Amino acid sequence: MLTKRIIPCLDVDKGRVVKGKKFEGIKDVADPVELGKFYSKECADELVFYDITASHENRDIFIHIVESVAANVNIPFTIGGGIRTTEDFRKVLLAGADKVSVNSAAVANPDLIKEAALRFGSQCVVLSIDAKRNSKGSWDVYVKGGRENTGIDAIEWAKRGQQLGAGEICINSIDADGVKEGFDIKLNQLLSKTLTIPVIASGGAGKMEDFSEVLKCGADAALAASVFHYREIAISDLKEYLFKENIPVRRCLI
Amino acid sequence: MIAIIDYGVGNLMNVYNALKHLDMDAIITGAKDEIDNSDAIILPGVGAFNDAMLHLKETGLDKVIIENVKKGKPILGICLGMQLLFEKSHEDGEWEGLGLLKGEIVKFKEGLKVPHMGWNELHINKVHPLVKNINEGEYVYFVHSYHLDPKFFEDVLLYTDYGVRVPAVVCRDNIIGMQFHPEKSSTTGIKLLENFKELIK
Repeated sequence: MLTKRIIPCLDVDKGRVVKGKKFEGIKDVADPVELGKFYSKECADELVFYDITASHENRDIFIHIVESVAANVNIPFTIGGGIRTTEDFRKVLLAGADKVSVNSAAVANPDLIKEAALRFGSQCVVLSIDAKRNSKGSWDVYVKGGRENTGIDAIEWAKRGQQLGAGEICINSIDADGVKEGFDIKLNQLLSKTLTIPVIASGGAGKMEDFSEVLKCGADAALAASVFHYREIAISDLKEYLFKENIPVRRCLI
Repeated sequence: MIAIIDYGVGNLMNVYNALKHLDMDAIITGAKDEIDNSDAIILPGVGAFNDAMLHLKETGLDKVIIENVKKGKPILGICLGMQLLFEKSHEDGEWEGLGLLKGEIVKFKEGLKVPHMGWNELHINKVHPLVKNINEGEYVYFVHSYHLDPKFFEDVLLYTDYGVRVPAVVCRDNIIGMQFHPEKSSTTGIKLLENFKELIK
C-alpha cells in the first residue's frame, strides 16, 4: 500500500540550517547535509530545503548545498525559495534535487508551472500555496511570505495549478502556522477531495495526533519544521504512532 | 565499467553518486565507443516517454543500446528508462519503445491519485539473485504516472500494489528494469544496486 509521507522542512540561510536544537549524534546541527542524513536515518520520507535568503550572491552557496545533499542523502528531496524561472528549476535539478517548489513566482506567472512541467516533467513541480481563511469561509492565496493577499481563491488556484501540470500541491495554512494546534483539517480535506494529485499538508503540527488527524482526512503527506528540529517529536516515534493508528507508513525498524 | 547513458534528459549524477558509493566504476556517456566498451549499461530517465525516445533516436543511441543488449550485455533501465525497454507506451498517444522486452506502458486506473508518488511496498513474485535479501513488504520510492502492463508476468520479480499489480523490478536474461528510483530508496535501494553489482561481475 502506498504510504503517507512525513516530511521535515529545513530552512537554510547562507548555507546553514536556521532552526534546530542540539541533537545527540550530530556534531554540527546547522549543517544541512548532517541534519538531512539524520532525518533520513530516522525514517523521514522526503526532505524539503528552503532557501530563505535566496539573494543573488548566496545562490551559489545554496547550489553547492544541493549538490552535497544529493551526494550524501539517498531519499528524495525538494528545493524551494527563490525559484522564479525554468532556468532556476534546471540549476537545482541538475544539482541533484528531485523536486522544485514554487510559490509567489507561480502566482505572478502561472505559465512557469506549465513550462517547468513540460520541460522537466510534472513529477518535479510542487506548487506551494500559502492560504489564509477569509470572512466568507473560504481561503485566499497570500504571497511574499504571507504578507500580501492576492484575493485569489486557494482551492481554485490549486485546481488551476494541477491543470497547468503541477505534480503535487503543498498547502500551508497561515492561520495554523506556528500556532501548533493542528493542521487546517477542513482545507486539507477539501483539497484532497478536489484534486487528483497528491496533497502535502503544512502548518500547525504540534503533537502526534495532529499528524494522524490530517493524514486520515485525506492528505497524502504532512510537512513540519519546528516540532522536528526542537525534538518535540522524533520522526521514528511518530511513524510508530501512526502505524498503531492504522495509517499506512514506512517504518524503519532499527 | 558501467556506462550511464547520457541522452540529454534529466540529472544523471544521483545514479552516478549511488554507484560510486558502492565502489562501482561508472561513466556518464553518450559516446558509442564508450558504451561498446562498457561491461553494463544503465538507462536512466525522467519526463515524457516520447521525448526520451526522440532523444535516443536523434543521437542514434537507440541502435547502440539494442546492439549491445543483443550481444548479451546487461542493461538496467531505471524509472522511465525501464519503460523505454518495452514495446510501446500509451502516454499521450502511442509511441514505440526499444522493444527489448514484451509489454506496454499504460495509464493507471481512474480514481487514483496520479502520479503514483511516494514509498510503496514490494511484493515478491519470483526469487532471483537480483532481489536477494529483499524481504516482502520493504519500501521503495516511486514516482510515475504510467505503469507497465507486461506480456509475461514471469518477467516480474517484484511488484507493488496501486490499483493493479504494478511491476517494480523486471528481469529477462540480461535485461533488467526498475520502475522506482533505487538511488532514492534508502537501504532497500542500495541492496538492489548491490545485487545488480554482483550479477554483472
